[in-house]
Amino acid sequence: MTDSGMTTSARMGAAWMLARREWTRFFRQRNRVTAAIVQPLLFWLLFGTGLRGSFESAGGESFSQFFLPGTIGLIVLFTAIFATISVIEDRREGFMQSVLVSPAGRFPVLVGKVLGGAAIAWAQALIFLLLVYLVGAASIAWTFPWLLLLLAIIAIAMCALGMIVAWPMESTQGFHAIMMLGLMPMWLLAGTFFPIPEWSPSGPVIESGAATIGDWGGWVLAGIMQLNPLSYSMLELRRLLNPTLDLSSAGFAPSSMTCWTVTVIATIVVVVIAWRLMRGSRKADTMV
Amino acid sequence: MTTTSTATSPIDAPHESASSLGDVLCDIRDLHHRYGENVAVDGIDLSVRAGEIVAVLGKNGSGKTTLFRVLSTLLPIQRGSVTLDGLNIAEHVDAVRSRIGIIFQSPSLDIKLTVDENLRCQGALYGLSGRELSDRCDALLEQFSLTDRRRDLCQTLSGGLKRRVELAKGLLHRPRVMLLDEPSTGLDPGARLSLWDALQQLANDGVAVLLTTHLMEEAAKANRVILLDQGKKIADDAPSRLRADLGGGVLTIVPDDLADAKAILKRELNLETQIVGETLRMPCDAPEVVAKVSDALGDDVQSISIGRPNLEDVFVARTGKQFQ
Repeated sequence: MTDSGMTTSARMGAAWMLARREWTRFFRQRNRVTAAIVQPLLFWLLFGTGLRGSFESAGGESFSQFFLPGTIGLIVLFTAIFATISVIEDRREGFMQSVLVSPAGRFPVLVGKVLGGAAIAWAQALIFLLLVYLVGAASIAWTFPWLLLLLAIIAIAMCALGMIVAWPMESTQGFHAIMMLGLMPMWLLAGTFFPIPEWSPSGPVIESGAATIGDWGGWVLAGIMQLNPLSYSMLELRRLLNPTLDLSSAGFAPSSMTCWTVTVIATIVVVVIAWRLMRGSRKADTMV
Repeated sequence: MTTTSTATSPIDAPHESASSLGDVLCDIRDLHHRYGENVAVDGIDLSVRAGEIVAVLGKNGSGKTTLFRVLSTLLPIQRGSVTLDGLNIAEHVDAVRSRIGIIFQSPSLDIKLTVDENLRCQGALYGLSGRELSDRCDALLEQFSLTDRRRDLCQTLSGGLKRRVELAKGLLHRPRVMLLDEPSTGLDPGARLSLWDALQQLANDGVAVLLTTHLMEEAAKANRVILLDQGKKIADDAPSRLRADLGGGVLTIVPDDLADAKAILKRELNLETQIVGETLRMPCDAPEVVAKVSDALGDDVQSISIGRPNLEDVFVARTGKQFQ
C-alpha cells in the first residue's frame, strides 16, 4: 500500500469483489432470479399472442417476432434496475458506509455495481434467448457473437443509468417513481412495442389536406423516438436476431454503423455521468 | 480559546498511565463543523496516543457523531485540522483511510453474505488479497471466537456475534487508529465486557482507540474522557481525576417527592441540593449529614447514600445541566 492509498490493481481487486458480491446476493434471493425471467416471458407471450392480428410491421414480422428485441431489452432493463436499486439498500443497511470510508474510493463501487449488475442482466437475457431458440421462435444466426456483445454493452449502459438514478436517492419509492416516469417510457419509445414512424424536419408527412393535431402529435413522438439512443440499440438488436429481415420499408432504419456508434457513445456518456455524480455528491455519504 | 478554558487540565497534561503511552496518533486542532446555521462542532481540540482508550461522552446533539463522521472521512473538514498517524486528513484522505479502522453505530455487515465473505469483501476494499487476506481472516476469526460460525450467513447471527464480526472487519487491515461510534449499542452486559476486553487488547498492541458514547459507565472505563456539550469540549482528563476534582464525596438522596424534599432540606438544614434525574445531590464529605437528612425527611425518603462522585456529577458541575 502506498502513501497515496491503493494501487490500481488493488482497486480493481476491490471492484471485482464488489461485483462478485452482487452475484452472490442475486443467487441467494431466488425470487429475483425468477421475477427477472418470468415477467418479460409473460409479457412476450401475452402481448405476442394478444396483439397477433392487429399488427403489421416492416419486413412482415409477426408481433411476437417484432416484440422479441423489446422483451430482451426489458429483461436487461429490469435486471439492471433491480441490481442498482440495491445501492439504496446498501446504504440503508449500513454496508455502503464501510465501503465509502475505505481507501478504495468510489470508483470500485461504480465498477463493481455496474459490472456485477450487467453480468446478471446479460446472463438473464442469454437464458431467455436460449429459451426462445429452444421453442423455435427464432433461430441462431452467424450474428450470435455480435448479439452477445451488443447485449453486454446495453446491460452496462442500463446499470450505469440505474446508478445515476439510485445514487442520490434516499428511498426505493423514489426509484420506482423515476422508473415508471422515465425508464419505462424510454423503453416504450425505443421501437420496442410499436415501430418508429418516419420523421422529417419539415413537419408531418400526410397524403392530402392540412395536418391535424394528431398528425403533429405523431410527428413529435417520432422525433422523440428517433432521439432516444435506445432506439438505435433496439434496432441493431432486431437486425442481429434476424439478419435476413428486410427493413427497406421501415420508417426508421439507420445503418448498423450508426446504431453501434450511438449505442457505444451513449454507454460511455452514462458511465461518465454516473462516475461524476458519484464522485461529486457527498450528500450520499452521510445519508443513512 | 473558550473551549478549553473550562477544562481543568490542558490536553498535554500527563495522564495516569502516560508513561506507557506512545506517539500521538490522532490530533485534532480547533475543529469546527456546521450544518447550515447549526453549529455541531465548535472548536474542539483533542489528541489520542498509541495505546490509549479515549471516550468522547456527550448527550444526543452534543456533536460527537459529527466529530466521528469528520474523523472517519465521511464529512469534509470545514475549519481546523485533523492529523491521523502523522497525515493530514484533508490532504491524504486515502492514505488516512487505510490507517483507520471504523466501527459504525449502525451495523455495516452485509447480512446476505457469510461471515467469511464479509471479511473478504472488507479485505479487498483495503487492498488485501491472496494468502495475506486468508491468514488475516483466520487469525481474526480465531481471536473473536468466530471460526465455527465463519460459513454462516450474517443474518443468522445474534447482536453480540454481529458486533464481533464488525470488530474483526475493522481490524483486518491492522489500523493504527480505531474509531468506534457507540460500540456497545444493542449489546447485553456479557457482550459489552468482551467488547472492552477486545478494546483493551487493541490498546495494549499500541492502537489508539477513540470511541463515542452516551453511557457514563462505559466512559468511566476509558483511560481518558472527553466531555462534550453543545459542540464544545468541557472536560478532558482521566475519569478518576475528573471525579477527584469535584472534591470528596457526593450525597445522593432518593426521595418520594423531589421538589418537596428539596424544599424541606433547604428550610430545615439550609442544604442546597440539585435535582439530577430522580435524585437530589450535593457535594458532601460528612457522614453525619446522612442522619440529619434522614431525620428531616422522615418516611418520605427511599435511600440516602454518600459516595464518590461519578461522571454524571462532573457533567452537572461543569454545565449546570443534567446529563440525561
